[in-house]
Amino acid sequence: MTSVEKASVETLPGGGSPPPPAAKASAGRFSVNLRQSGIYIAFALIIVLFSILTEGELLSPQNISNIMVQNSYILVLAIGMILIIIAGHIDLSVGSVVALSGAISAVLMVEMDVAWPLALLITLIAGALIGAWQGYWVAYFGIPAFIVTLAGMLVFRALTLTVLGNQGIGPFPDEVRTLSNGFVEGYLGNVGLGPLGGADLITLLVGLAAVAAIVGSQWRARQGRIGYRQPVDSPLLFALKMAAASAVVLVVIVQLARFKNLPWVLVLLAFLVVGYTLVTNRAVFGRHIYAIGGNLHAARLSGINVKSVTFWLFVNMGVLSAIAGIIFAGRLNQAGPTAGNSFELDAIAAAFIGGAAVQGGVGKVVGAITGGLIMAVINNGMSLIGAPSEQVMLFKGLVLLAAVALDVWAKRRAGAQAG
Amino acid sequence: MFGSPAGRPGTRPGEKSDAETDAMTDHILQMRGITKTFPGVKALQDVNLAVRRGEIHAICGENGAGKSTLMKVLSGVYPHGTYEGEIHFDGEPCRFSGIRDSERHGIVIIHQELALSPYLSIAENIFLGNERTRRGLIDWNRTNAEAAALLERVGLRENPVTAAMDIGVGKQQLVEIAKALSKKVRLLILDEPTAALNDEDSAHLLNLLRGLRDEGITSVIISHKLNEIAAVADSTTIIRDGRTIETLDMRADHVTEDRIISGMVGRDLEHRYPPHEPTIGEEVLRIEDWTVHSPVQHDRAVVSGAGLTLRRGEIVGLAGLMGAGRTELAMSLFGRSYGVDVSGRVYKDGREIRIGSVREAIAHGIAYATEDRKRYGLNLIEDIKRNVSAAALKKLAKGGWINGNEEHEVADGFRASMNIKAPSVSSITGQLSGGNQQKVVLSKWIFTDPDVLILDEPTRGIDVGAKYEIYTIINELADQGKAILVISSELPELLGLCDRIYAMSAGRITGELPRAEATQERLMQFMTREKE
Repeated sequence: MTSVEKASVETLPGGGSPPPPAAKASAGRFSVNLRQSGIYIAFALIIVLFSILTEGELLSPQNISNIMVQNSYILVLAIGMILIIIAGHIDLSVGSVVALSGAISAVLMVEMDVAWPLALLITLIAGALIGAWQGYWVAYFGIPAFIVTLAGMLVFRALTLTVLGNQGIGPFPDEVRTLSNGFVEGYLGNVGLGPLGGADLITLLVGLAAVAAIVGSQWRARQGRIGYRQPVDSPLLFALKMAAASAVVLVVIVQLARFKNLPWVLVLLAFLVVGYTLVTNRAVFGRHIYAIGGNLHAARLSGINVKSVTFWLFVNMGVLSAIAGIIFAGRLNQAGPTAGNSFELDAIAAAFIGGAAVQGGVGKVVGAITGGLIMAVINNGMSLIGAPSEQVMLFKGLVLLAAVALDVWAKRRAGAQAG
Repeated sequence: MFGSPAGRPGTRPGEKSDAETDAMTDHILQMRGITKTFPGVKALQDVNLAVRRGEIHAICGENGAGKSTLMKVLSGVYPHGTYEGEIHFDGEPCRFSGIRDSERHGIVIIHQELALSPYLSIAENIFLGNERTRRGLIDWNRTNAEAAALLERVGLRENPVTAAMDIGVGKQQLVEIAKALSKKVRLLILDEPTAALNDEDSAHLLNLLRGLRDEGITSVIISHKLNEIAAVADSTTIIRDGRTIETLDMRADHVTEDRIISGMVGRDLEHRYPPHEPTIGEEVLRIEDWTVHSPVQHDRAVVSGAGLTLRRGEIVGLAGLMGAGRTELAMSLFGRSYGVDVSGRVYKDGREIRIGSVREAIAHGIAYATEDRKRYGLNLIEDIKRNVSAAALKKLAKGGWINGNEEHEVADGFRASMNIKAPSVSSITGQLSGGNQQKVVLSKWIFTDPDVLILDEPTRGIDVGAKYEIYTIINELADQGKAILVISSELPELLGLCDRIYAMSAGRITGELPRAEATQERLMQFMTREKE
């Protein structure tokens, strides 16, 4: 897959010599795409590397399922974190908020016997209030987010310990555990996939529906652009892209169907990714986030309500942290005082590996997810080959540094060209 | 008309050979043939400056004439190699690699924005980077004692351990000079030293310069305040459009302020402005008694009691020198984007309105295109279409969702009508030329469909061809019935473009002239008028 991408990248800009404007424009678009797609190429390379090192174990049905489920809460956090980083802020408190929301849900469900849907709702509201608290200090009081959330990191950890009475609380109701750790029921039973063995029909159908939705929406977007007489990819390139995307989705889905069914957290994550991608790409709110991070003064002088946008970003982060907290606690079947330790660092690293810029204004939800998955694959792959944890840490640290160094370097080069 | 004055022959630099010139007068500094180019703009072109030993030498010129650039070349802010030409200091050719290098030679520059560290004491500031130490540790007794001695030399009665932020701007200026003296300064450069000072502090500062002259310290002073220059300077070099115009000997020539003004503005209006027949309608915007206070010094009024009127289809100019309060007036009007304690009345179409935020200003049909498009106007890492839509995104959205195709269409329309030279509206604005960036800014504000457009330095840093295009766009906007206020430091631009011109000085509107009566000289008189 990577070799195909590389080849097409290399031939396109050089090959189009005589016809001036169209070829020029598409070459420009392609080189921009190359910079943005560096992260996906890196992801593919890392998968190939660890597939070889683990002799295929990495991509086995059970392992794919494990990677998804084990890292889902980091990915949920990464979605909120990338938005905050795009706006030029940071949130160091998410790990503590994960612990606190896990603790709140545990107290509600286990100690107070509140019905689980109500308990989850209350927990999400608590997350929103925590976010509102931090958002107030950052947006309206004007304290740098670094300080506010550093304080939050301590305060919310302290509240966690208070709520839990310094001990773990569990076990959780079955429904909550299923949500965080379980799989969709195989209502329609299994089908045979020849040499691949049996696979869950529901999962396969969901996968096909997802592929249909991806291709359909891309097709509609393309038709819309044609309607407005805007440049679009050639039909061949479009078909290739769609085929590649479908293939990736189908491979993952088939492997998941062969193991068990769809993990519930994957369903949740898919909804979050699609929803937040739409918000960042097409919503006014999303556009305002980029405008604020790109040039705060210009955003203010364009009439954007900077304070309100910043405030709601932190509220959003609080809610997502609560979701992650519930998933994490449900997975362990216990809310513990040390839950979520250093999750903020993983989420921040995911965002930066995924292409966020240090000074804000740049980043994508899908990029942050990819960044999170890169770290997940490194974690998982290295533990499969039995590497000790210090090596895992070392490798992850270097990958983070390399990703940001690449971003800074690319920017400096672009700046040198422009000025 | 503004030909060579009866200046002393020896003070016209660059005309005689070195040996001859040096023989006739003792020059501490000679800068010859200085040319400094920024991407797309020639800031200095073959500039010559000769400063005699032990004099106070003033440099005059309009905003953007190149005065500060010249001083940055001299002090090594722009190191050797980034400019052409040569610098001789005390007879020696100099190639400064940085500020520390020039300071070692005894050249010290005091910038317009004071560079004191607010939380450090006066003494610590004076010896910052030049600490008085004993065996690697700071010798506090010596530091404070020497600081006290320096403070006495500059006539500042303050305890050296007072924090810099606890003394006023005028005193801070004196601390800067004390700091320069501590470096064994021989040539002191002051960039607009009295711009932020009150009359008393200004007078003290000028007296101090005279005292330093008697001690043998040469000063170069950049100032807009012509009365001060006439009072204190021994020679005055006038710079215009990045070139040396002339050097006047203030002692021999009986130079008047008017004489300096004619040197600063002397420039004929070529066909640089598209012809325009205005159709002026009724009043659109009127402000009365507009007063704005500085956000850093709450008791200082940056704009005081200003009033102006804008009418449909009319292009109105706002002239003023640096620090006159033009941008502050515009930005405070535009949703209180600048200043504290803003007071006054605003009438839109005859009805009084209140504008509390940028959002409300836009809703009232007011647009403000900033003077600093890179810092305040554009998101340079985004593409053209996202910048064009930024101030009126609502027009492209339904229920909070943006129609990206419509956005592309709108931006493409502006690209065509404004002649923005870029491969597509998906091009990143940071990579466009200044002129094209300015067109993007204008597009953004035109898309908000304003009745009043305030354009702050709309052609700053733009080449001549693009300027003509911008002027044409401004004329067309006026023809569409919009009221336009142009803030510009280039008087010819205001004279060539505007139907009526206000002049500002020290926060007040000091004059108003219709196009027919406006001349650069008359405007400059208003612009340099001090408080009555």
